[in-house]
Amino acid sequence: MELNSFAQQLVQQLINGVSLGSIYSLIALGYTMVYGIIRLINFAHGDIYMLGAYVGFFCTSILGLSFFPALLAAMAVAAVTGIVIERLAYRPLRHAPKIAVLITAIGVSLLLEYGGILAVTPQPRTFPAVFPARIYTFGGIVVNSQQIVILAVALALMVLLTYIVQRTKIGRAMRAVSYDTDAARLMGINVDQVISFTFGIGSGLAAAAGVLVGIYYNSIDPLMGIMPGLKAFVAAVLGGIGIIPGAMLGGVIMGVVEALVSGFISSTFRDAAAFAILIAILLFKPSGLLGKNIREKV
Amino acid sequence: MFKKSMIPLALVAIIAVLSLLVAGCGEKADSKELKIGANFEMTGGVATFGQSAVNGIKLAFKEANTGGGILGKQLSLVVADNKSEASEAVNAATKLITQDKVKAVLGPVTSSNTLAQSKIAHENKVPFITPTGTNPKITVDGGKVQDFAFRACFIDPFQGTVMANFASKSLKAKTAAVYIDNSSDYAKGLAEFFEKAFVAAGGQIVSKEAYLAKEQDFKAVLTKIKATNPEVIFIPGYYQEVGMIAKQARELGITVPLLGGDGWDSPKLVEIAGAAALNNGYFSNHYSSEDKDPRVVKFVEAYRKEYNQSPDALAALGYDAAVMLIDAIKRANSDDPVKIKEALAQTQNLQGVSGVITLNAEHDPVKSAVVIELKDGKQVFREKVNP
Repeated sequence: MELNSFAQQLVQQLINGVSLGSIYSLIALGYTMVYGIIRLINFAHGDIYMLGAYVGFFCTSILGLSFFPALLAAMAVAAVTGIVIERLAYRPLRHAPKIAVLITAIGVSLLLEYGGILAVTPQPRTFPAVFPARIYTFGGIVVNSQQIVILAVALALMVLLTYIVQRTKIGRAMRAVSYDTDAARLMGINVDQVISFTFGIGSGLAAAAGVLVGIYYNSIDPLMGIMPGLKAFVAAVLGGIGIIPGAMLGGVIMGVVEALVSGFISSTFRDAAAFAILIAILLFKPSGLLGKNIREKV
Repeated sequence: MFKKSMIPLALVAIIAVLSLLVAGCGEKADSKELKIGANFEMTGGVATFGQSAVNGIKLAFKEANTGGGILGKQLSLVVADNKSEASEAVNAATKLITQDKVKAVLGPVTSSNTLAQSKIAHENKVPFITPTGTNPKITVDGGKVQDFAFRACFIDPFQGTVMANFASKSLKAKTAAVYIDNSSDYAKGLAEFFEKAFVAAGGQIVSKEAYLAKEQDFKAVLTKIKATNPEVIFIPGYYQEVGMIAKQARELGITVPLLGGDGWDSPKLVEIAGAAALNNGYFSNHYSSEDKDPRVVKFVEAYRKEYNQSPDALAALGYDAAVMLIDAIKRANSDDPVKIKEALAQTQNLQGVSGVITLNAEHDPVKSAVVIELKDGKQVFREKVNP
C-alpha cells in the first residue's frame, strides 16, 4: 500500500471511528453518572437507548415531526421512563445488597427488550429521511452530513451536561451525593430527588444516541441496545467509571479502536478488541484512564 | 387464599385438567384434518421471507383443499414462529412435532435455522422440506444423505457459481471483494463457491471480509475494501444487513456493482438502503415474477388475487415446497411420516412454479436460476442460467 493511500485510509477510519465513538460516549455518560451516584451498573441503560430510537421513530414517521422536536421528545420520554424505572425497581432496593440491585437491573433490561418485541414486533424498522444525507469529499476523504450532525449533537449535549454538573445547583448536589451520600443528606440535600434527576439525564442522553443511530444506520429493532450497551459500558470503565469526562474519552477511544482494528487488522477481531480493552484496563488500571486509585471503603 | 397444605392438591388438580386437555387435542388430530407444521421466520431479521413462504404454502393448501383435500382429509397448517433464530427454530420444531403431532414440517427459510431443526426431525422421524435452505449440508452431511431432509430450491454451489460467472462474463470483472455474514452458514457456503468459480474463470479475490448479523456499522470495513479497488463486491448476506452495507458503501463513494444471492429478495432491502444505493446491484434468485412461462403467470395471478401483492421468490418456493409435499402424500397414499419421506425421495418431473422439480439422490432439486438487476428499487429480469 502506498503511503498516500494509507494516510487517506487512516484519516477516513478516524472519521468513521469518531462518529461511532460519539454514540458510545453518549450512552456511556448515563452508565457513568448512575454509577457515580449510587454505585449501580444500570444494565437496562442500553435498552433505554433502544426506547429512545423507537420514540424518535414514531415521532418522525407517525406524528411527522422534524429532527429536533423528535430528538427532544425522545429524550423527554426516555428521561421519564428512566425516572420511573429507578422509582419502581431500584429505590425499594436502596439498602439491599448490591448484587440484588444488579440482578434487578438485568431483569429490567430483559423486560424492556422482550416487552419491546411484544409491543412493536421484532421487525426491523426504517427511519423516514428526516434530513438528506449530503456527502462531502475532500481529496478522497468522504464525510457524510449525518456524521457531522451526530458529532455536533453529541458535543452540544456533552457541553450542556458539563455545564449542568459544574455550574448549577442541582449539579453541585449531584457531585455532593456522589462524593458522600450520607454527608449530603445531613446537609439537607434531597438525595432521592438527585438520584431521580441523574437517571433522567442519563436516560435522555441515551435516547439522543438512539435517535441519532436510527437516522444514521436507518434500521432499528428491539434488541438493538444490547451490543452498544455493552460497548458503552466498556467505554465507561475504560475512561474511569463514575467520571464524566472519562466516559466521553472512553467512548471515542472505543469507536476509533474498533474502526482501526476492522480497517487494518481484521473485521472479525473487532468485538474481541473491544472486550480485550476491558480486560486490559481491569488488569492494569482498574480505576480507568482518568481515574485515581482510591481504596474502596468496604 | 390457599392454605399452604392445599397448594400441592391444587397443583395436582391443575395438572390433571391440563393432561385431559392435551389428550383431547391428540384425539382431534385423527379426525378429518391432516396436520402439517410450518416452522418459519414470521418475525425477526428475515421476517419477510417467512411471511412470504407461508403465504405461498397457504395458497397451495387452499387449492388442494378446494379440490377435495387429499386422502379424504383437509390439510391444515400449524404455523410456529422461530423469530429468525436457530435456537427458536429448535423450539418451534419440537413443539410442532411432539405437541401438535404434525405429519411433516415445511420450513424454515434460512440454512442455519433448517440445520438446527434437522436433528429434531430425524430423532422423531418426521420429514421436512425447506423451501429455500440452500446450504448443501442440509441434505448431505459428512457424505451421508440426511433421510428426512428435503428442499425445494437449488443449492449454494450452483448459486455461488452463477454469480461468479455473471461477474466475470457479463460484467467482465477481473477482481472481486467478498464480504460475508460470518454468523450464517448460507453466506459462507455461497462465498466459498463464488470464490472457487471466480478464480477458475481467471479472476482474483482482492479482499475477504466478514461481519456478524445485527451489526450496524460497516464503514470501517468498507473503507478497507474500497482501498483494494475491487471491480465488484459480492455480499451474500440477508437483506437487513445488506441494506445497511449498500447504503454505507455508496456513502463512502463505492460505485462498483454489488452482487448477492437470494437473501436480497425482500422489499425491506430497498427500504433500508434506498433505491439509489442499490442501482448497479445484481442478485441470483430462484424465479422472477416477470417470467412469461404460463405456470408462473397463473401463479402470480392467483397470488395477487389472494394477497394483493406480487409474489417474491420465497412465496414461489413456499408454494413449490407445499406442492412437493402434497404430491408425495398422494403417491404414498398414506399420512405416515416415514411413507411420506419415501415418496418425497422419489419426486420426479413435478411441475412447480420455479421450474420442473426432480430430486436427485441427494434430495436436491436440479433447477435453473435467474439473475435479477435492481434498477431504481425495481427488480428487473436479467438472465436465466441452467444447471
